[in-house]
Amino acid sequence: MAVVSLTVNAKPVSAQAEDRTLLVYFLRETLGLTGTHIGCDTSQCGACVVHVNGRAVKSCSMFAVQADGAEIVTIEGLAKDGKLHPVQEAFRENHGLQCGFCTPGMIMTAVDMIRRKPKLDRATIRAELEGNICRCTGYHNIVSSIEDAARKMSAA
Amino acid sequence: MIPYAFHYHRAKSLAEAEALLAKSPEAKLLAGGQTLIAAMKMRLAQPSDLIDISGLKELSFIRRSGDALVIGAGTKHQDVATSEEVKRTIPALAHLAEIIGDPAVRHMGTIGGSLANNDPAADYPAAALALDATIKTTRRAIAADDFFTGMFTTTLEDGEIVTEVSFPVPERAGYSKFPNPASRYAMAGVFVAKTKSGMRVAVTGAGPAVFRVPEMETALAKDFSSAAITRISISAEGLNSDIHGSADYRAHLVGVMAKRAVEAALE
Repeated sequence: MAVVSLTVNAKPVSAQAEDRTLLVYFLRETLGLTGTHIGCDTSQCGACVVHVNGRAVKSCSMFAVQADGAEIVTIEGLAKDGKLHPVQEAFRENHGLQCGFCTPGMIMTAVDMIRRKPKLDRATIRAELEGNICRCTGYHNIVSSIEDAARKMSAA
Repeated sequence: MIPYAFHYHRAKSLAEAEALLAKSPEAKLLAGGQTLIAAMKMRLAQPSDLIDISGLKELSFIRRSGDALVIGAGTKHQDVATSEEVKRTIPALAHLAEIIGDPAVRHMGTIGGSLANNDPAADYPAAALALDATIKTTRRAIAADDFFTGMFTTTLEDGEIVTEVSFPVPERAGYSKFPNPASRYAMAGVFVAKTKSGMRVAVTGAGPAVFRVPEMETALAKDFSSAAITRISISAEGLNSDIHGSADYRAHLVGVMAKRAVEAALE
């Protein structure tokens, strides 16, 4: 067991974790942040994507102890002052989800993608979504949501 | 999924990592963890200790050194893919890094980890072999021709740590991969390079480990064009056959990917 101290959604937190505890379990079970989902648990689906020190990573493929000292942002940390993040708003506007299970990971991936590539076309968005699987939508509206968000964010 | 228990150590220096490795015979290095952690979760790997070297700044760099591009073993795929230095000197290498796995994997996975693991379908071994790279470790410098010894095996000894990879800048190079549609690992990936030491063609994904294709190298040395290798057929013998594709299919793919790699090198 080790004490893991990190910043999650701008708040400093410290909690015990076994060395083998994956970051996703630490977030969900120790910190109660259940917005980050576990889909495949084999690093394929991307439902568990969070930002670690500003980069999108799969929290099922990293141990909590590795994140000691890191800054983490989860889906719960995107909305500010009761206002949705522009990517969340775009998913709502464009009906970018059906069951919603993959959505936290899709949105965290999208925020990271737009930060790295502010100008996005649909082919690039699809290529960038390689590590996120959705079993409902066929991706069409997810791509539209991200395209819309990127356009609005670069205009803002 | 919960792996077997282990002890985690965050190494503060290479020397500390070496000392920790020497102390426990079942210890493993943790760099990006994008292969190791997946294997541990499946309980296919059971290290007693994980020595995390991902924080070692001295392993993460990209620099030009004379006629070579030198990349620190801890450099992440994303940083190779987006490096202006790599894009300028060996664009095929930047392209290769950009199509490994997915963005989240590229944010964690490292070049040293990929080479040391020598997955038969990983991308970097093809680049290292085709570009005639030298892999530097805590103990010695190893030519890529001697480094990869078989499926998931290399000439690395117990306790030896890859520190950097030196790629001689080629005259031309191209990489083309037919990815497995689910995993993005190569079904067949071909890296073609016109180097100072000659023409080199390396194939990943198709066989039990990365390998060169001398017939193609000879043909391309005479005429560097995709037409020059159109008639060369690759033998399916010894190639991988699995649910994703037969050995015959992979042999065919090698030919197609090689032509595309040559075309990419000529662009």
